[in-house]
Amino acid sequence: MSFKNIRREDASRAVIVHGILLTYTLVALYPIFLVVINAFKTRKAIFRDPMGFPNAETFSLEGFTKVLAKSNFEVFFYNSFTVTVITIAIVLLLAAMAAWALSEYKFPGNTVLALYLAIGIMVPIRLGSVSILNLIVDLGLINTLTALVLVYVAQGLPLAIFILTEFMHQIPKDLKEAARCDGVGEFKIFFAVILPLIRPAVATVAVFTMIPIWNDLWFPLILAPGDGKQTITLGVQQFIGQYVTDWNAVLASLSLAIIPILILYLIFSRQLIRGLTSGAVK
Amino acid sequence: MADLKLDQIHKSYGAVDVLHGIDLDVKDGEFVVFVGPSGCGKSTLLRIIAGLEDITSGDLMIDGDLVNTKSPRDRGIAMVFQSYALYPHMTVYKNMAFGLKLDKQDKAAIDARVREAARILQLDQLLDRRPSELSGGQRQRVAIGRAIVRQPKVFLFDEPLSNLDAALRVQTRLEIAKLHQELKSTIVYVTHDQVEAMTLADKIVVMNGGNVEQVGSPMQLYHHPQTRFVAGFIGSPAMNFTNVRIDKVEPGKVTVSIPGGTPSVLPFDVDQNELGKQVELGIRPEHLSLGDGGELTVHGEVDVVEKLGDSTYLYLKLANGDHVTVRAPGHSRVKIGETVTASASAGAAHLFNGNGKAFAKVDCPAEYSADE
Repeated sequence: MSFKNIRREDASRAVIVHGILLTYTLVALYPIFLVVINAFKTRKAIFRDPMGFPNAETFSLEGFTKVLAKSNFEVFFYNSFTVTVITIAIVLLLAAMAAWALSEYKFPGNTVLALYLAIGIMVPIRLGSVSILNLIVDLGLINTLTALVLVYVAQGLPLAIFILTEFMHQIPKDLKEAARCDGVGEFKIFFAVILPLIRPAVATVAVFTMIPIWNDLWFPLILAPGDGKQTITLGVQQFIGQYVTDWNAVLASLSLAIIPILILYLIFSRQLIRGLTSGAVK
Repeated sequence: MADLKLDQIHKSYGAVDVLHGIDLDVKDGEFVVFVGPSGCGKSTLLRIIAGLEDITSGDLMIDGDLVNTKSPRDRGIAMVFQSYALYPHMTVYKNMAFGLKLDKQDKAAIDARVREAARILQLDQLLDRRPSELSGGQRQRVAIGRAIVRQPKVFLFDEPLSNLDAALRVQTRLEIAKLHQELKSTIVYVTHDQVEAMTLADKIVVMNGGNVEQVGSPMQLYHHPQTRFVAGFIGSPAMNFTNVRIDKVEPGKVTVSIPGGTPSVLPFDVDQNELGKQVELGIRPEHLSLGDGGELTVHGEVDVVEKLGDSTYLYLKLANGDHVTVRAPGHSRVKIGETVTASASAGAAHLFNGNGKAFAKVDCPAEYSADE
């Protein structure tokens, strides 16, 4: 009897939880859905029936032709992609190594250093915009992608180190010691034993790092607004005017901008599913 | 293959001393087992030999080389962990070959060594599996294989059987014993299980509280424990202890009175000034038998009866409140609440002074001696 009640309670709880999650998913996805369907409609259709699907009458690719033909879309695209990928690579490498050092080696100031790095999570980097701009100008890096990469690396590192340190703590001590007894050097232990084991964490960090960078408008606007250095989010702004906004072009370029980040996400999210250390230790 | 020498090894974590000067000689090809209760320092000592812990003071020699400051990889050791510690993302083959590959050894040589180890451990069919696809016993064999392929001077085992179930533990224990016969290698093995220690070891090192209590062959420890601790730790069920008073001391003879028993003359060399003092008498359950046939008798009420089939353990409560275990034959019909008499030969007795040190036994009968 009591079993039945528990099961019923579980079921109703599951329904509630899934209901909430589904609602949230809809709320989050609907604007993107609107962006994509309206990108394929004529200008009039966008305003007349913004919620409707494109049909034979309203279907139009004018936004895409405008974006691809009349703007440097491929340049914006290339800039965003370069900045994101290079930043992810640097953040992952540096953060993983820092996390390994913080979690594995005992040295004076270990805890203080970990705290110092964690504080970066709580302080928004935009607060330092003015000094960052000054610094970049002094370094002569204004209007370069390097400036963006540097700032994004600084922005991404604290959270990445924090997450990876936690994951590295979970790797059984025996495994590292077994490797040491096995004659494996410290660098090799890190790259050949530890990194493969924390792949899910690395993928998580990659996703956390890449999305704000891809979507960022602020730093491209102040650090690299020049011709040929604009990222997608900044490039799209040219279609948004004070009086007239070219909605076809804006929606088309936003739709296109979703594709690469979606691909990167799919690559990383496959790693998220894999188990952490199954079979390593009992 | 090599010998191992520990000279006054001390280890402390901050102000806490965990090893208080360990001296030990392990000969080439010897199977040495460190045994002791949790926290006695046996694992720490093994990790010091492996190079995973620093030595606070003292010298550690492997094959004549001082290795105090050498890293594990330069010591010529291989270690098998309780948790197996296999690389989960590598197949069995790669797990065993990993260390060798990094040593930049010849591919064919690596392959030959891995296959040889796999043959010895019957892992041939499993080389392409990952650790997650193996059972506990198979994983432990892979961990042992990973140690074998390194052809180390000394094998170190850290409680390798603790994670296995009882049946598998016995089987793997036999395999380790066979392996030692086959490889003739020096092995240092840590366990808290005295049965493993007794069955595997050439030499047992009993540790307690960061000190070595006694070093000896299994039979030496069983028949001639030098301290009360060793006497209580080795043997299952544990030795019975009860307090007795020394009534009379003669050369090679001592008379004690047992509570609820008759005064007994025991063959021990005891100093005159022990006269009248309380000492501890120890007798193993298997040396006691029902009836009053022996020189040493106890009477007590049966508290608990445990029937194991081949034998029956009777737990007696003596007049002074001490408990005594007696191993009776399997067909014994003794019931709870009965008062019985059990006795042992005087040669089976052990006597320990107030500090837990054993008194020397004289004219030890062959059945109670480790001499062959």
